[in-house]
Amino acid sequence: MQTLDLEKDTLRDVNATLQSQGAQTNQTTWEIINPKGAHAIACGLDAGIEVTVKGSTGYYCAGMNKSAMVRVKGSVGPGVCENMMSGKVVVEGDASQYAGATGHGGLLVIKGNASSRCGISMKGIDIVVHRNIGHMSAFMAQSGTLVVCGDAGDALGDSIYEAQLFVRGSVKSLGADCIEKEMRPEHIEKLAALLAEAESEADPSEFRRYGSARKLYNFDIDNAGAY
Amino acid sequence: MCGIVGLFLKDESLQPRLGGMLTDMLVTMSDRGPDSAGIAVYRRDREGTKITVQSADPNTDFAGLAEALGVEIQVVDTHAILCMPSHIVAAVLAKIAADHPGLRIMSRGEAIEIYKEVGMPQTVADRFAIPNLSGSHGIGHTRMATESAVTTLGAHPFSTGADQCLVHNGSLSNHNRLRRALARKGTHVQTQNDTEVAAAYLTHRMEQGDNLGEALEAGLDDLDGFYTFVVGTKDGFGVLRDPIACKPAVLAETDQYVAFGSEYRALVNLPGIDAAKVWEPEPATVYFWSH
Repeated sequence: MQTLDLEKDTLRDVNATLQSQGAQTNQTTWEIINPKGAHAIACGLDAGIEVTVKGSTGYYCAGMNKSAMVRVKGSVGPGVCENMMSGKVVVEGDASQYAGATGHGGLLVIKGNASSRCGISMKGIDIVVHRNIGHMSAFMAQSGTLVVCGDAGDALGDSIYEAQLFVRGSVKSLGADCIEKEMRPEHIEKLAALLAEAESEADPSEFRRYGSARKLYNFDIDNAGAY
Repeated sequence: MCGIVGLFLKDESLQPRLGGMLTDMLVTMSDRGPDSAGIAVYRRDREGTKITVQSADPNTDFAGLAEALGVEIQVVDTHAILCMPSHIVAAVLAKIAADHPGLRIMSRGEAIEIYKEVGMPQTVADRFAIPNLSGSHGIGHTRMATESAVTTLGAHPFSTGADQCLVHNGSLSNHNRLRRALARKGTHVQTQNDTEVAAAYLTHRMEQGDNLGEALEAGLDDLDGFYTFVVGTKDGFGVLRDPIACKPAVLAETDQYVAFGSEYRALVNLPGIDAAKVWEPEPATVYFWSH
């Protein structure tokens, strides 16, 4: 286990050290201590290393992640795990707004609540939130899966494309073109696998599925006058 | 951007440290706004009313001011705290308006003192020895200007009523119309700043009989734009975010205090923060604590 201390080292040095680990590195396990809400911790990692952040972080933690496993033992500020390509990011506490925005792949797990705009414009990432999410989540979500074990706020899935949304609790309101859909066996199976990987014991059969009505994003000749 | 911090003390033993804690919190938020900074501190250190005034030429404007107004005066750099029995406040304000055009009123009330100037938080805090101030609660702001000029009067906090103050992260889009509407009702503001209009709006509502919570609720309908507000009253402290809630906010509560920060970074050195309840305030929800 290698330890990086943000009270002693600059953020730039800490990130550069982690970013310089190649695929063949034998230093695969790292911890970052004294994060104290700093921004952009553990960003741009692209090797299969494990990084544990011991405390809460500010903006943009674990952004642009590829291959790495990042675990935050605290809460995170806005924009955690933005544009993840692959790998896994686990937040033990809460996440602020736009968690997992624009992510292309990998798994983001938030064990507490996520606030507004969770999964906005997601493009293939899987996101599992153990508790509740705020308003405008999965706005323009293109692909990937958003799983919410608690409740969802207003305008869930507004202008959604082909992402799949699973919510166990209540949905305050659905956004434009987002509808409830049938839960079929293949959805239960997919959800069960995601929940297991996300360290959640929620029962997949208690969830409802939401997705696109596909009325908004396909060009409809009857709407030609509106453009 | 702008950075906001706030601290409402439940534990009286922390009161001597209020100014120091607030300063540390605000300095941490410096990179959210380098234009100007200000702090409102609430402390009932004497009987009567305090008026905080500011001058661009303090040597001239504060000379002989105590005698001219018949008040006690405590000069701190460009600011002065005028202390007086509450029954002469109206007369003193009238004299200031008539005879002392160089003075700008920062605040008035039994507990509030406001210190604000152009510059970085550390500079402003040092000028006014903010770390030495004790108090029951306080609010700080560091500004990245959008809606009006970078001047002392454009800095936050804004105070438009006795012991009231407001700081704001965001921008209001209907402040001109609202300013005119308030003026027709007899409530006037000093600047072209959007936040001052919001402060005056809340003051006006409270003059009409609303409590702070009701005034903030009404603001959800009448104030159009982006905002995270932190509001101070003589014995209270409130937080409101607009329904879209894109301006950041973090609250922390322990048995000893309630603290607000634009970011968690601002709170990390508070006592017992590791065991505090820390959460992001919900959109369009009024939070309020009072002594």
